[in-house]
Amino acid sequence: MKIVVFVKVTPDTAATVKVDESGKVTWGDAPLVLNPWDEYAVEAALQTKEAHGGSVTVVSMGDESALEAIRRALAMGCNDAIRIEDPALAEDDSLSTAKVLAAAVNKIGDVDMVFFGRQAIDGDTGLTPPQTARLLGWPYIGLVSAFREIDPDGKKLTAERTIEEGRQVLSTQLPAVVSVAKDFGEPRYPSFMGIRKAARAKVPVWSLADLGIEAPAVKVRLPELMNPPKREVQCEFIEGDTPEEIAEKLADKILAEKVL
Amino acid sequence: MDFALSKEHQMVVDMVRRFGAEAVPVIREYDRKHEPAPLIPRMAELGILGVGIPVKYGGQGLDYISLGLVCEELEAADSTLRVVMSVHMGLCAQTIFHWGTEEQKQKYLVPLAKGEKIGCGAFTEPGHGSDFAHIQMTGRREGDYYILNGEKMWISLASLADYAIVTVRTNPEAEKPHRGLSTFIVDLHSPGIKRGDIKGKLGVRAGSTGWIAFQDVKVPVENRLGEEGEGFKITMSAFDRGRYTVAAGATGLIRASLEASVRYARERETFGVPIAQHQLIKQKIAHMARDYEMARALYLQAGWQMNQGSRATRMASMAKWFATEASFRAASEAVQIHGAYGYSDEYDVERYLRNARGAMIYEGSNEIHTLIQADYALGYRRDKPLRLELPPYDPEEWQEE
Ligand SMILES: Cc1cc2nc3c(=O)[nH]c(=O)nc-3n(C[C@H](O)[C@H](O)[C@H](O)COP(=O)(O)OP(=O)(O)OC[C@H]3O[C@@H](n4cnc5c(N)ncnc54)[C@H](O)[C@@H]3O)c2cc1C
Repeated sequence: MKIVVFVKVTPDTAATVKVDESGKVTWGDAPLVLNPWDEYAVEAALQTKEAHGGSVTVVSMGDESALEAIRRALAMGCNDAIRIEDPALAEDDSLSTAKVLAAAVNKIGDVDMVFFGRQAIDGDTGLTPPQTARLLGWPYIGLVSAFREIDPDGKKLTAERTIEEGRQVLSTQLPAVVSVAKDFGEPRYPSFMGIRKAARAKVPVWSLADLGIEAPAVKVRLPELMNPPKREVQCEFIEGDTPEEIAEKLADKILAEKVL
Repeated sequence: MDFALSKEHQMVVDMVRRFGAEAVPVIREYDRKHEPAPLIPRMAELGILGVGIPVKYGGQGLDYISLGLVCEELEAADSTLRVVMSVHMGLCAQTIFHWGTEEQKQKYLVPLAKGEKIGCGAFTEPGHGSDFAHIQMTGRREGDYYILNGEKMWISLASLADYAIVTVRTNPEAEKPHRGLSTFIVDLHSPGIKRGDIKGKLGVRAGSTGWIAFQDVKVPVENRLGEEGEGFKITMSAFDRGRYTVAAGATGLIRASLEASVRYARERETFGVPIAQHQLIKQKIAHMARDYEMARALYLQAGWQMNQGSRATRMASMAKWFATEASFRAASEAVQIHGAYGYSDEYDVERYLRNARGAMIYEGSNEIHTLIQADYALGYRRDKPLRLELPPYDPEEWQEE
C-alpha cells in the first residue's frame, strides 16, 4: 500500500502560549514538536504498513521548523518524507492548506490511504482532513479508533470511529482519507535506528511550482487575536471538627451558590 | 570546537526523557517497596541497552556521547535506571567490546547489546573494595577450565544479570599482587553459583544490589578476557566507562534536583512572596545551575575523548568525582528547599538524596578520585598505553549493518 501521513509542527503542550503586545501568538522559547494528535496518525499509518506492506511517506507543509515534526515521524518508522514550502504560502487557512495537501497526494500518485491527526493543537480547527478528502474526491472517515478491515486488493476499508454517543462502524472504498483519534492506541517511541536515519535524512522540498498549482486564495483571516480573559478564582477553605461537619457545610454552600 | 549536540543526540535525549517520564511512577512504587522495578525488559525493547555498541555487534550504533546523554536522562528519572547502563553497558558489554576476541563478541556481546541478556561487573569483595589489587577470590587453571572460588559483594544487578565480568586471582605467587589477576566472562546460570540481593540499602532501592558466591565454578579458558595476569588493567579500563556513566547520571540527578527546586520555589510562599524570591533560596538554585553546567561539560568532554579514541581515564574520574559530590549537594539542598515536604516521599527529592549518596562510594570512592587527580597533577600518575585501546567511534563502521 502507498500511504501518506500529514503532520504539522506545533509548540510543545507544556508551552505557555499567549498573544504578545504586537498581537502575535508566542510561546517563548518552548520547543516545537510533532503535533501530539499527529503521533496517533503516524502510529496508525505505520501499523497499516506493517499489516499490509508498502511504504509510509510523511508530508508536512511549513518552513524548516517543520523538520522537527518530520524527523520525529521518520524516527518512528516512516520510509520517506516531503516538506512543502513556498513564499506564496506565508499566509494560509485550512482550505488553502487542504488544496496544497491534495495536490501533494496527486503528485505522489497511486496513494491508497491518507492519514491525519484529529486536529492540530495550535489552530484546533480539525477542518483540513475532510477538506483534503473533499478536494481529492475521496471518502473520509474522521476520528478512527480502530480498523476492522483494510483490503488493498478489494479496495475496501472498514473502520470504527469514536463519537460522543458511542462507536460507529463505517465501510467505504479505497483510496480514502482518515483522521485518527487518541483511542487508536499509544504511539510508539522512535527507535534508535530510526533516530539515526532521521537525523541524517535529506528531506526534499516541494514548491507550488513542483506541485503544479497556483497559490490558493486564503479566505479566512484572523484580524485580531486576544488572550482569554483572566479568570478570578477565589479559594475558601471549609473548616470543621469532623469530616461530617465539613461535608455538611460544603453541601450547604454548594446549594446556596446554586451549583447544584 | 563545537559545543552543539547533533540532531541525533537531541533526538536520543527526547526519546529517553520520554521513557524516564513513563518509568517514574513505577520507580516510586518499587522504591517504596524496596524491590527491583521490572523496567529492564522495557529498556531492552526500546534499544537503550545497546547504546554505545556498533550495529554489527547487536548495538544501536550510537556513540559514547549518546551513552552519556542516555545516562543523564535515565538518572534524572531514577538512579537505578542509570545503574543498569553503568554495569550492563559500561562494566560488561563495553569491556567485551574493548578486550574480547571476535568469538567472545559474537557469543556474549551480541545478545547483551540486543538486550536479550543482561550483564554486570563483579569486582568488589566483602573484604576488598578500594584496595582492589588485593582481592581474594581465586581462579585455578585445570586443563581447559578455570575453577572459580570466592565471593563478590555489592554487585549491581547481581540477582538479575545473565553474564558477569569477574576478576579473580589466578596467580597467588605474582610478585606484585595486581599482576596476579585475570578477568573472565562468566555465565551466572552456571552450576556452583549462588546469588541474592542486599536488603536495607539507603538508596537505589528500586534496583538490585547483591552478592554472588562461587563454589567450584567451571569457566572455560575461552571465556578469559585478555591474557592471564591482565585482569587489573582490564578492570581499571572497565571503570573508565563505569565512571563515565556514573558522572553523566549524577549530572542528570543535579538537573532533576534543580528542576524540582525551581518548580517548588516558585509556588511555595512564605512572608508574602514565593520562596524563590528569598536570596538564600536563590543561592541554592544558583549553585545547582552552576554545578549542572560544570558536571555536564566534564562528562561530555570525557565522552568526546572516547569518541576520538583518546584515553578518558583522567577526565572520567574527574567528572565522576565532581558530579557525584555536586549531585549529593544538589539533592540535599532540594530537600531543604522543599522544607518538611522534601522529607517525605510525597516528593521525589528525598529519593534523589538517598540515591546520590551511593555514587560517592561506588565506581571508585571519592577519596580515591581525589588521590587520582592529585597524582595526575603532581606527575605521580600517567596513563600508559594499553595492549588494546578502546575502539574509537567511527560513524560508518559503527552503523554498518
Ligand atoms: C549501591 C552500590 C552498588 C555497587 N555496585 C558495584 C558493582 O556493580 N560492582 C562492583 O564490583 N562493586 C560495586 N559496588 C562496590 C563499590 O565499588 C565499593 O563499595 C567501593 O569500591 C568502595 O569499597 P568498600 O566499600 O570496600 O570501601 P573501602 O575500600 O573499605 O573504603 C572505606 C572507606 O575508606 C576510604 N579509603 C579507602 N582507601 C583509602 C585511601 N587510600 N585513602 C583515603 N581513603 C581511603 C574509602 O574512600 C571509604 O571512605 C557497589 C557499591 C554500592 C554501595
